[in-house]
Amino acid sequence: MGLFILKRLGVMILTALCLTFVVFWLTNLDPNLEKLAKTQGNSRMSDEAVVTYLENRGYSQALPIKYGEWIGLLPGYVITGSDGEVRARCATRGSSVEDAPKFCGVLQGEWGFSTRFKEDVSQIISIRLGHTAKLMGFVMLVMVPGALIIGVLAGMNEGSRTDRTLSTFSIITTATPEYVSGVVLIALFGTATFGMQWFKGNANSALDDATFQNFFLPVITIALYGMGYIARMTRASMTEVMTAQYIRTARLKGVAFRTIVMKHALRNALIAPFTVIMLQFPWLLNGVVIVESLFSYKGFGWTLVEAASTNDIELLLGVSVVSVVVVLVTQLISDIGYVFLNPRIRIA
Amino acid sequence: MEPLSWTGATGAFLNPFILISATCLVFAYIIQFVMSFFAAPMTLQSNADGSLMKRGGISSGIENVANVAFLAVIAAAVLYLVAGVLAPYGQAGIIGVMAKRLLPVWIALIVTFSLSIYFKRKLGLYGKLFDSTVGMIGFGLVMFWVFTALFAGGFDMLVTHDPLGQVSGLKNKAPGVPMPDGSTGDWPHYLLGGDNLARDIFSRVIKGSVIVIAIAPLATLFAFMVGITLGLPAGYFGGKLDTVLSFLANLILAFPVILLFYLLVTPEIVATGIPSFMAAFLFVFPMVFFGVLLNSRYYTQPSKRNPMLIVVLGVLGWLYLSLISQDGTVLNFLPDAIDGFDINPGILVVFVSVVFVNSPTVFRIVRGLALDLHTRDYVAAAQTRGEGSWYIMLWEILPNARGPLIVDFCLRIGYTTILLGTLGFFGLGLPPESPDWGSTINEGRKLLLIVAHPALPPAIALLSLVLGLNLLADGLREESLKD
Repeated sequence: MGLFILKRLGVMILTALCLTFVVFWLTNLDPNLEKLAKTQGNSRMSDEAVVTYLENRGYSQALPIKYGEWIGLLPGYVITGSDGEVRARCATRGSSVEDAPKFCGVLQGEWGFSTRFKEDVSQIISIRLGHTAKLMGFVMLVMVPGALIIGVLAGMNEGSRTDRTLSTFSIITTATPEYVSGVVLIALFGTATFGMQWFKGNANSALDDATFQNFFLPVITIALYGMGYIARMTRASMTEVMTAQYIRTARLKGVAFRTIVMKHALRNALIAPFTVIMLQFPWLLNGVVIVESLFSYKGFGWTLVEAASTNDIELLLGVSVVSVVVVLVTQLISDIGYVFLNPRIRIA
Repeated sequence: MEPLSWTGATGAFLNPFILISATCLVFAYIIQFVMSFFAAPMTLQSNADGSLMKRGGISSGIENVANVAFLAVIAAAVLYLVAGVLAPYGQAGIIGVMAKRLLPVWIALIVTFSLSIYFKRKLGLYGKLFDSTVGMIGFGLVMFWVFTALFAGGFDMLVTHDPLGQVSGLKNKAPGVPMPDGSTGDWPHYLLGGDNLARDIFSRVIKGSVIVIAIAPLATLFAFMVGITLGLPAGYFGGKLDTVLSFLANLILAFPVILLFYLLVTPEIVATGIPSFMAAFLFVFPMVFFGVLLNSRYYTQPSKRNPMLIVVLGVLGWLYLSLISQDGTVLNFLPDAIDGFDINPGILVVFVSVVFVNSPTVFRIVRGLALDLHTRDYVAAAQTRGEGSWYIMLWEILPNARGPLIVDFCLRIGYTTILLGTLGFFGLGLPPESPDWGSTINEGRKLLLIVAHPALPPAIALLSLVLGLNLLADGLREESLKD
């Protein structure tokens, strides 16, 4: 087991390195750097001005060197610019060039500086991630119990009217992406068009003070899309368990249907959905980006969109590291949890 | 001209009727749902004299009510459409005019359904689809949009106004608004109102279907070619090849889709030519697939194989070269005389990134199926006969994996449609005035809290197409499991 986790951690680090390098490469392509220079400096810069701007700020070094500096394996650049000013990578936050440490990369705990928000990346990400964690927490509270109840109710009597109604409901929710359900829900309940203006169509105020009125629509929008999928998996798992031998034995012995479902079936039926719920996290991340843009809730997803559209390299790298780690850690947890839940499986 | 109401004169009778029957239907479903936990289920009891008796009268009574109400709702919906087609212009309101305008689609749907149902016993899995209600509803929804796209894109029918044309004074106007006096054109109303730039929403939704129906199935097909060509050997041979390919697939899957889109689908990246190189790489796979497919089967009969390979690879190769050689990009090597067509670089980058995002998932599915199937007896038999590995993969394993793959293909077209909408929603790739549904939703949502009607029609259109594909996949799965 320990070896398995170690192996997985190794793969995880390798994956994160590969992915950050890809992000690094794509954001450091010439046209992207030119865009960055023009948004940071002056939108009507001449081509020569762009080149000197980039050279003075260390953007024109070779790609592996820049990546090494960001990781913290290579010393940060110290460049005497063509304008006479000395700039050092590690001295961007007010300290003078002489006092600056030699290395400042991820390994030293320095995540860099956001060119869009003019703040430390680590600070931005921790604050925004907190906002998103609040949203995700409520989504999980609504989605997981709802999906499990729907799935179990549908699966315990396969083919019944309840099953057909609930299955249709879950198909409809999986077919409705967040940007469709969000738009429809806002139009229905956020505007006066249909006379049902019960909620707010803008969740900006929920950042500090989340109330039922301003937080319900974003939460339900994300929850609905994920709910159908988990419910269908739970239903499949439940129907499989309900046809097992021991359930038939229990029925023939005359155990009440309610007791069979609650005591015998449920425990075994909930193993498979656990994995599905864990693997839903990466999907939720997508939903979060859409919903946060739609409801202008300034969390992690909104930061991603802002960073990507202004080519804010270090913030974008931070964001991608966080999202990749979320994806891989949930995969690891789902594998390990599966072993604990299902004693028939052993990991060497 | 007067503004149109939703239902016009037909509404006087039909509106209360559909309202009552819909209310009955909803209540019947709710009561049924609640009753299913308490009341005894309907059972058949056999009597001593050999007759059967139905028990559980309450459930069965409510079921009858629900069925009648359901039929009434359907009948009312059909009546709206028939009245709209038959009544003179404007008498049957917006719904009537839309029904009249979409008449070719209704005719095509009726012809398709009646032919398919008549010949359903001779049509294999496709025919069996018409045994399941869910499958038929799904197929109907999908075919509605396919025919709409066909008539609108191929023959320039159905649309009422220029989807890019602006008419001053109709900005954000409600559905059914009349055109201003003195304007030309055969259609005196904006059926679903005007959008933020005073364009006709109805025509934009219809035109948008052309883009979605053209890109989504084709991109899914390409993703399947890539996934199958790489997934079969990974599952069949295993070992190092499998490790490397699986790691790459997981790498792409670990990327949040939206981050990938934001990195790939920007004008800056298009300028560097990366999408062209990705296209050059990804679009090789169909050629490899068909080449290997034919060669592995017919390599013992060169007289048959050679002409087949020359024709197939010739056509595919020409398509491939014309596709990747684009004016104004890095890859532009074909002279114009033999360069068949050029694709808008915005659409190409969207296409490439959607294929790129979808293929790792297909790869994983195919790999799993190949892992499962390569231990079967018929594979062992083929190995004993001395068949080549590629013959076994493509002619023994692949046909036996077709059931899950067909179902997943339907689901994945829906997912691709969602991805295309996501791209449009973030304003990536396609030009902002493009009428595709994602971009239109994006335009509409900016003013959603002030005017809601521009964003709703594309949202509902997208929902109905994806729902149709999901129901179709569900019906196919159900029917293919019955064997």
